[in-house]
Amino acid sequence: MSTRYDRLLDQITRVRGVRGAMLIASEDGIVVAESVMEGIRASAVAALMGSLARRIRRAADSLGSGAPEFIHLQTAGGALCAVPAPESMLLVAIADSAVNVGLLRLALRKAAEVIA
Amino acid sequence: MGPLEHFIGEAGARLTLVMNPAGQVLAQHGFTRAVDVMAAAALGAAIVSSTAEIARMLDEPDFSALNHQGVRHGIFVAGFDSPRGRLLALVVYGSNSSLGLVQLFFEDFVRDLVAACPAPADVRPVLAKDFERELNQSLATLFRT
Repeated sequence: MSTRYDRLLDQITRVRGVRGAMLIASEDGIVVAESVMEGIRASAVAALMGSLARRIRRAADSLGSGAPEFIHLQTAGGALCAVPAPESMLLVAIADSAVNVGLLRLALRKAAEVIA
Repeated sequence: MGPLEHFIGEAGARLTLVMNPAGQVLAQHGFTRAVDVMAAAALGAAIVSSTAEIARMLDEPDFSALNHQGVRHGIFVAGFDSPRGRLLALVVYGSNSSLGLVQLFFEDFVRDLVAACPAPADVRPVLAKDFERELNQSLATLFRT
């Protein structure tokens, strides 16, 4: 795993409530780098999140509203958040319900800017 | 819904072949012509056989899966063990799917297929005293009028 990406992911996992962060190749749905707690299937999250992000992008294209900047999937037990990163990658965070979504969004966008 | 239909629905595969290492097809989805099925199966089995040889040269255990990514389609080829022996799967997917999705649901497919696979039949030894009787029975069945 790349040390450079490790440091970026650590900045995201430091946000209270975040259970994991990963950088994925969104077209392929495979993990580029990950830092997740035990019990989280990073490969499954990468595959499904990549697929979801592509569909959301197509929906946004059909609306003519531009590319999505932030994806937030809220569930009963937690949240999945993602921001686009350069080279068709996606920065994804898995969090529990206590997470401050605003703070997480800032952390994700800052990390994505560093990748760029 | 069988394991193959479930896999196709979840992974969004366009074409799927399940075959043995000799290229004999056990199941297929998406092909419209038999000649395409046979050609794809033969080529898929040859791909696996070639890469197995490369693995052997590298002193590696057999590669578990291969992926070829094209502009519009990707090809995923993988081998797995079943109670009936080694099987191969060739999956072609398009832009509505991804390598990650195919890999993810392929694991479920293999697990479900192995669970659904009937146990191998016991092989009875052929005894001389049974041979003549069974031969006569088979001939009688064959030439029954």
